[in-house]
Amino acid sequence: MSRRSITANAVGIGVATGAYGLSFGAISVASGLDFWQTQTLSLAMFTGASQFALVGVLGAGGGMVAAVITALLLGARNGLYAMSLSPLLRLRRGPSLVAAQLTIDESTAMAIRHGEDPQAARHAFWATGLSVFVLWNIGTAIGAVGATAVDDPAVLGLDAAIPAGFIALLWPRLTSRRTRLLALCAALVALVLVPFVPAGVPVLGAAAVALGADALVRRRRTP
Amino acid sequence: MIWAAVLIASVGTYIEKLAGYVLPTRLMEGAALRRLTALLPVVLLAALVAVQTFASGQSLVLDARVAGLAAAIIALIARAPFIVVVVVAAITAALLRAGGWSA
Repeated sequence: MSRRSITANAVGIGVATGAYGLSFGAISVASGLDFWQTQTLSLAMFTGASQFALVGVLGAGGGMVAAVITALLLGARNGLYAMSLSPLLRLRRGPSLVAAQLTIDESTAMAIRHGEDPQAARHAFWATGLSVFVLWNIGTAIGAVGATAVDDPAVLGLDAAIPAGFIALLWPRLTSRRTRLLALCAALVALVLVPFVPAGVPVLGAAAVALGADALVRRRRTP
Repeated sequence: MIWAAVLIASVGTYIEKLAGYVLPTRLMEGAALRRLTALLPVVLLAALVAVQTFASGQSLVLDARVAGLAAAIIALIARAPFIVVVVVAAITAALLRAGGWSA
């Protein structure tokens, strides 16, 4: 694939994520964050699922600790992405500080798709990372400004947009019967926990139970 | 307090990303770690969907968000892009409320 068509793909991915940044901006403001808190998340955190989780838990009254832990657990996969990208990109220390911030689902997927040609892979990584960064932040700003103008988020159904955003992030990951079962198990455990523990804790508890169950089943199958 | 959460979590997620470039690659070879990191988003996102749809503080409620989620799932089955899924859910909930059919 030529350099130009890689760039074109990168811009296309950026535009799609920009639209998704729009919904993040609106949902974040509807969850009670102000414009600058919302924009800081898109600039400094820059990893969609963690951003949605942080504002979701805070908006539900889950408290700072639960919100931060949930965001960090969701962000852990970026570290794994960086480990697989590291030998492909072969960066010096300075550029790797910038590359780290751009290491997300989209840039990793594009770089690895061109894994057989390191030069193309590097170009795909930087083009996708930068394009998503710019458009995600522009989308966030527009969404946040738009939602700031609305008095009651429930009237526009913005509270219903939050779970819709999460299921849209979850959907492509439900690739096997195992993952679908795990997801269902986590969802049920979370609901059972809601009346008994403070907001924010059910999500973490459900994740722990589901992963524990997964580990137990695996140990039994592989003696 | 919101600022503290925003800043701490932002620094934390950056350190996670940077760690992958700085730490020795052999850490990645642990199959258990790989599996855990791959499954974490699945269970966390599933729990978030459930809680954000049915919880209101510490009680479970059925309101327009459920209809919004159903609409979102239909949009996903129809392979709609992210923004469409979110907008369809919001419009569904807003219409049900405007019509007085749901809380």
